[in-house]
Amino acid sequence: MSLNGLNSLYREVILDHSEHPHHKQSLSSATNKITLKNPTCGDVINLEIKLDGDKITDIGFTGEGCTISQSSASMMTDAVLNKTTAESLEMAHIFSDMVMGKEHSQADLDKLGDAAILSSIMQFPARIKCATLCWWALRKSLGDEDDD
Amino acid sequence: MDKQLQQIRKDFPILNQKVNDEPLVYLDNAATSQKPNQVIDEVVRYYKNDNANTRRGVHTLGERATEEFETARQKVQQFINAKESREIIFTKGATDSLNLVASTYGEDNIAAGDEIVISIMEHHSNLIPWQQLANRKKAILKYIGLTADGQLDMEDAKKKITDKTKIVSITHASNVLGVTNDIKQLAQIAHAHKAIMVADGAQAVPHMPVDVQDLNVDFYAFSGHKMLAPMGIGVLYGKADLLKVMSPYQYGGEMIDFVEKYQSTWTDIPWKFEAGTQNVSGAVGLGKAIDYLSSIGMENVENYEKDLVAYVLPKLLEIDGLTVYGPHDADHHSGVISFNLQNLHPHDVATALDMDGVAIRAGHHCAQPLMKYLNLVATARASFYIYNNKQDADELIQAICDTKEFFKV
Ligand SMILES: Cc1ncc(COP(=O)(O)O)c(C=O)c1O
Repeated sequence: MSLNGLNSLYREVILDHSEHPHHKQSLSSATNKITLKNPTCGDVINLEIKLDGDKITDIGFTGEGCTISQSSASMMTDAVLNKTTAESLEMAHIFSDMVMGKEHSQADLDKLGDAAILSSIMQFPARIKCATLCWWALRKSLGDEDDD
Repeated sequence: MDKQLQQIRKDFPILNQKVNDEPLVYLDNAATSQKPNQVIDEVVRYYKNDNANTRRGVHTLGERATEEFETARQKVQQFINAKESREIIFTKGATDSLNLVASTYGEDNIAAGDEIVISIMEHHSNLIPWQQLANRKKAILKYIGLTADGQLDMEDAKKKITDKTKIVSITHASNVLGVTNDIKQLAQIAHAHKAIMVADGAQAVPHMPVDVQDLNVDFYAFSGHKMLAPMGIGVLYGKADLLKVMSPYQYGGEMIDFVEKYQSTWTDIPWKFEAGTQNVSGAVGLGKAIDYLSSIGMENVENYEKDLVAYVLPKLLEIDGLTVYGPHDADHHSGVISFNLQNLHPHDVATALDMDGVAIRAGHHCAQPLMKYLNLVATARASFYIYNNKQDADELIQAICDTKEFFKV
């Protein structure tokens, strides 16, 4: 039975985050809001951020999606809360490089916290978009639109 | 019969491989079918021996290519029992065929206030062309709804189709709900109101006998790639009287009669609708796929799949926490079976099944309005074809059970 291969993707941490997502709520005082959809599967994320100066002082998300997209959003909110926009965007770029299989230093990965565990998504190319949707939402809501 | 169908697996080389270390169980036939050696070899033969552009040269290869292209057209004509072969237009696929009708017949005949009636179960390719036409013309787009068990609501159809209706366009078989619609009756209703009837046969022609004269449809669209033929070839059937007066779809080579600096006239049907170099190898491959299916017999194909559904559907329904969409009665369910497993997202289900070698589709199946109507984000979908067997059904059930265990749902 080769479902064992699934363990590399659906690690305990990932399943935990998807069952009990962190910051899955909408904010009463959001300064930045965005809705992004994955047109191939219909997943939706509504991301809300409260910026105080250039610091993310609160963050929440709502929407629908698979285990990977939900846990990725949960881990992302943990990672960027109380970070500056510059720091958050740097993380978003590290995450995007990581899932595309580009080189990254351990120090960079450490910045991502739990989210670094999603590097295993590389082995499941069809699922990379599930993991990156929330990070795209973050980049767009912070005005970082360039493609890479 | 069963025996013949048991043996056809060997005609499909692609099925004989391992995926993630497990034997491949291909259950994504509603997306595209696999191709038998006979079709693959025919395409190779065409390119090795007869390739040339059609209807242009006087040389021998050009004549051969033209003849093979037109022979394929006749095979299609016979396969769906069209009255004449000039009623068969080659296209890229069902999407292209439906866009052709919307942008020629639709553009010529729809005016502000007219009604176009489709159903809520349509694939985007039989929805967006009409939606955009309606928007362009300020016409009204109406949707026929479903009964509680996911069948087309014929009572609603009778209400929605009125004297203002100009076009009714409905899928013959659903790519999500596994239902087959009564196109013949819908055509009667449409015609009683002087509307034309268009049917999307993408999920029907591969799986059952289709007789366009008996259905009395005005247009009928389908794709080659879902019926053992190559990708990039499809068909639009249209009644000759309608085709003759319709505007062309695209302009260019091979579709003209005379071209002058400021005016042109069009050649006869079907070529009027086939501008530019055509997909001859695709048409030749489609002709071979039709030979292959005809040698089995479409009644046999239909019955074989019915048996498979009667075998697998009750087993799926027995799985705790699994929801099947569309009718639960196997007699009314095609080999397209959409389901969800508890609240596990269908993407997770599809990834898990793939690890067991079982290929299924997950998503909205290009039917977002239907998903919304059913209050769903997405579903998983297993779809069967003639080379699938009960063992594949068992593998599917086992893989779903493994998935349940893994995710503890
Ligand atoms: C019901 C239905 N209609 C139309 C299409 C479009 O076919 P194609 O993509 O080959 O043009 C499909 C294919 O998925 C379908 O299932």
